[in-house]
Amino acid sequence: MYPSRFRYEAPHSLDEAISILRDGGDYAKVLAGGQSLVPLMKLRFASPELIVDINNVPGLDYHRADADGTLRIGALCRHADLERSALLKGTQPTMTAAAPLIADPIVRNRGTLVGSLCHADPQGDWASVVMALGGSVVARGPGGRRAIALRDFVTGPFQNVLEPDEIAVEAVIPAAKGVRSGGYLKLERRVGDFATVGVAVAIETSDGKVTNAGIALTGVGGSTIGADEAASALVGQPLTAETIAQAADLAAGAARPRTDHRGSAEYKRHMVRTFVVRLLTPRDDAGAAHGAADGEADGIAERAA
Amino acid sequence: MTIVYEDRGDEAASDVPVRRIKFTVNGAKKIAEVEPRLLLSHLIRRGLELTGTHMGCDTTNCGACTVLVDGVPVKSCTMLAVQADGHEISTVEGLATASELHPLQEGFREEHGLQCGFCTPGMMMAAKALLDSNPDPTEEEVRWALSGNLCRCTGYQNIVKSVLWAADKLRKAQP
Repeated sequence: MYPSRFRYEAPHSLDEAISILRDGGDYAKVLAGGQSLVPLMKLRFASPELIVDINNVPGLDYHRADADGTLRIGALCRHADLERSALLKGTQPTMTAAAPLIADPIVRNRGTLVGSLCHADPQGDWASVVMALGGSVVARGPGGRRAIALRDFVTGPFQNVLEPDEIAVEAVIPAAKGVRSGGYLKLERRVGDFATVGVAVAIETSDGKVTNAGIALTGVGGSTIGADEAASALVGQPLTAETIAQAADLAAGAARPRTDHRGSAEYKRHMVRTFVVRLLTPRDDAGAAHGAADGEADGIAERAA
Repeated sequence: MTIVYEDRGDEAASDVPVRRIKFTVNGAKKIAEVEPRLLLSHLIRRGLELTGTHMGCDTTNCGACTVLVDGVPVKSCTMLAVQADGHEISTVEGLATASELHPLQEGFREEHGLQCGFCTPGMMMAAKALLDSNPDPTEEEVRWALSGNLCRCTGYQNIVKSVLWAADKLRKAQP
């Protein structure tokens, strides 16, 4: 399969890239990792007239923490960089859990977190993770930079709020005020598949009580779902069997799954509940390896911390 | 080297956007003219006539087209050829020397790591990147590293054994 014909530019600076986009007509796309865009172009679901490849722009492959703990992930930071990141291991349990579960190891070598957020696939894992963590996307255009909260950034399946001459340059995860915990669980038919169900949980605790919570769901609706009621119910509470069960019920209620070849709606909703309970229940084996756990159904990829 | 471009009928030949790129393949320096929509896998197979790199699913699932770009495994059906500009490509043809198989190739022979052989080049390239960075992988690490490569024949058992065999041989060859 071939993409349809397009003009290709590979600028060496962001300013140049933005100016190419500004002059570039109505249907230009920014190419970073290309692990979603190139397949879409080959299948002719997308036929951009202009591709602006930002892989030659220096200084976008970072992920780093500011002095206050705010995490910044550049537009060319690959999934594999995050998977191997020592920085994330100590500070970002939800991201650490999710990184090895994105697509497959070869795709992770090229695909980017920021590109995944822009692609806005309802089954994209990172969108749930970043939403649960209250993250945002920074866009740069001719008028300068603006930060957009992820929940405002994605407007529907495969749709975001970027202007045609804007480039998403980084994702930002705010610093935790309490002790951060959480994780990401993904049910998949086989390694590398899209999520049948994915659940991201990010909580902060202080003095035995939850001070901040985010729960977001992958693959159980037309877009990434923020289970806000479930998260709010936890704030101010200790994590007990009762508070966990309540949050899990609320999260399952927020899911909008559809029956398809990956499973029935009822099953997916049940798995949301199960995953929320698992992610909130304190574990002795923090950072457990991936793989099916506790004799549960095959294909549960798990890495909670 | 000739690449024939599709004529849409509505534009002059000079309007077809063609780029000249410089890259290396298995250590040999190359210059190619490519239309930007040409995929790296097509450049390798049709332009360079290195047909050891296989096209399986063409949808970024199967990993049969895996090559190394600057030592990193990439699905070559999901990268534009023009993006290889300035980079080093390694394909399965670069593994063996004129007289000697690479230990990975020997391992696949010794442990019966292939049946139809279609996925094998991609498996070997993904395995090569693993062994380059981790000379003593566990079975779990091998399985994880190869999880982006699909095989419909072997059930993977012998592929994993083949990679471990190669790792063992490569380690013993170290002084």
